[in-house]
Amino acid sequence: MGKPPGGPLSKGSFKVADTVVGANPDPHADPSRRDFIHIAAVAGAAGAVAGIAWPLIDQMNPAGDTLALASIEFDLSKVVEGQQVVIKWRGKPLFVRNRTAAEIQKAVATPLSELRDPETDEARHKPGKPQWLVLIGTCTHLGCVPTFGGGDYGGWFCPCHGSHYDTSGRIRKGPAPKNLAVPDWDFLSDTKIKVG
Amino acid sequence: MSGPSTYEPKTGIERWLDTRLPIVRFMYDTALDFPTPKNLNYWWTFGGILALMLGLQIATGVVLAMHYVPHVDYAFASVERIMRDVNYGWLIRYMHANGASMFFLAVYLHMIRNLYYGSYKAPREVLWILGCLIYLAMMATGFIGYVLPWGQMSFHGAVVITNLFGALPIIGPPITTWLWGGFAVDNATLNRFFSLHYLLPFVIAGLVILHIWALHVPGNNNPTGVNVKSKADTVPFHPYYTVKDGFAIGVFLLLFGAFVFYNPNVLGHADNYIPANPLVTPAHIVPEWYFLPFYAILRAVPDKLGGVLLMFGAIATLFVLPWLDTSKVRSMRYRPTAKWYFWIFVLAALVLGYCGGQLPDNPVIGAPTGLMLLDADVNSMVWLSRVATLYFFAYFWIILPVLGLTETPLPVPEGISEPVLSHPATTPTGAAASPEKRG
Repeated sequence: MGKPPGGPLSKGSFKVADTVVGANPDPHADPSRRDFIHIAAVAGAAGAVAGIAWPLIDQMNPAGDTLALASIEFDLSKVVEGQQVVIKWRGKPLFVRNRTAAEIQKAVATPLSELRDPETDEARHKPGKPQWLVLIGTCTHLGCVPTFGGGDYGGWFCPCHGSHYDTSGRIRKGPAPKNLAVPDWDFLSDTKIKVG
Repeated sequence: MSGPSTYEPKTGIERWLDTRLPIVRFMYDTALDFPTPKNLNYWWTFGGILALMLGLQIATGVVLAMHYVPHVDYAFASVERIMRDVNYGWLIRYMHANGASMFFLAVYLHMIRNLYYGSYKAPREVLWILGCLIYLAMMATGFIGYVLPWGQMSFHGAVVITNLFGALPIIGPPITTWLWGGFAVDNATLNRFFSLHYLLPFVIAGLVILHIWALHVPGNNNPTGVNVKSKADTVPFHPYYTVKDGFAIGVFLLLFGAFVFYNPNVLGHADNYIPANPLVTPAHIVPEWYFLPFYAILRAVPDKLGGVLLMFGAIATLFVLPWLDTSKVRSMRYRPTAKWYFWIFVLAALVLGYCGGQLPDNPVIGAPTGLMLLDADVNSMVWLSRVATLYFFAYFWIILPVLGLTETPLPVPEGISEPVLSHPATTPTGAAASPEKRG
């Protein structure tokens, strides 16, 4: 590519200027140096795009104030035996159920082999207080709110797609894959609980 | 088909502009002089109808956004204010809500046209895929828009649909939280849905431009499915099809008007006039009618992840359709066997739509038989949906690939001008249609 001095272009009565682009590249240029600059520039641009893309994606995750509203307290004396109260926690319904002895008995008597998501009733309440069940009230299928006391097992029934839960909130029938979730909760006193 | 431009600037200002920005030339070549097959029937008018509906949705939507408040405490009330207090607010909102339904009605008829006349086949695969992308963007826009009034159906519909993504293993729950912007569908969700609902129609408009571009490279398909051979097979788009499209638009607007003025809520659900309550789910959650077939597919599967994958699979199947149909003959007019399978497919899609609006355990006819097959009564919507779902997938993945190889098509005319003189479908095999007219 390099034009040797006195080459064909300089013959005759006219002279061609040497300023034509690419006409006189540095014969000692190492092609890998140019490749390096290309790769570095593209990599730098890709890094910059990734760097600005992440904030644009992550801004959609829960904001600080949303995360801060994480726990609530609740007075159990409002819930009579055999009933449940629905409260709102993190934007979702929370079931606080005061179970009757018969309901507890029914849940305890169920063999684990009959369960889709095997879990003992004991693992789902606080030790020594089997009457209190605290569950996140969204169906594990697609998030509808199951109705109290409905279904074939006397626990909850989801009206959306027909999932049946037993008196321990365990899935027994229908499309839902898992038991109603037990949130992080504890007794503050005999009648006061804290969720979250 | 888009040959050399025949535009001739007539005035000085047109000549001046043509050498700087040939936009008038572009419009003339695209919308007036564009050579269009002369045998298009009314199934080809839905493109124009859809363009009008997109324009109407954007115009009414921009106006509604001037009065709507995207906040959980004010959204429902602001929609009611639009209905009661804003001048002509009722009209604009009813046009927007029913316009969405009309938009989907037109797009479904447009897609059925493509399936019948084989318009997705080579060389129009990219045109078809762009159409599928438009349909996908329409579904996202329609779903998000239904959430904005923040009624009971809005809220719980949003809960169910966003929970679909939670079915995916590992990445599911983080995606759901990311979509929500919190621990549940809440104000953050409503806010971003409003933002996206304003954005997506312009994405659709951009896709529509690409769609028309991809249409104007190979040109229109036509009812015979035979390629255009010469200029004699075509007429200029204007006035022939501007008038035909205009007439179809007029008829379509009569239907639109009938809904807007005489039964504006018949396509919606009464529960959406109850403000959203996260603690109580309506007894019977149903999506808008245009999503019912997919909802039926979702519910036909007893497994959560399986149902979600099959539902998205139904949409994904459309994208690969050009490579599933092995028949070289485009139009079903000349495919006597495929035609029947096609109409059964249309029936299956309608059955799915019907099932999607019913409770899964409802009997199809009479009382339940008491005869259980696996997990449900034989005479139930679940089993009817399963049969229809099976046919839906079999049509694309088994029937169309196999039929293209085994079916003997009827003789296809050599050019689109011939069947005008004698319809070959009614002519005996091999008989030349008007041989004296051949060169």
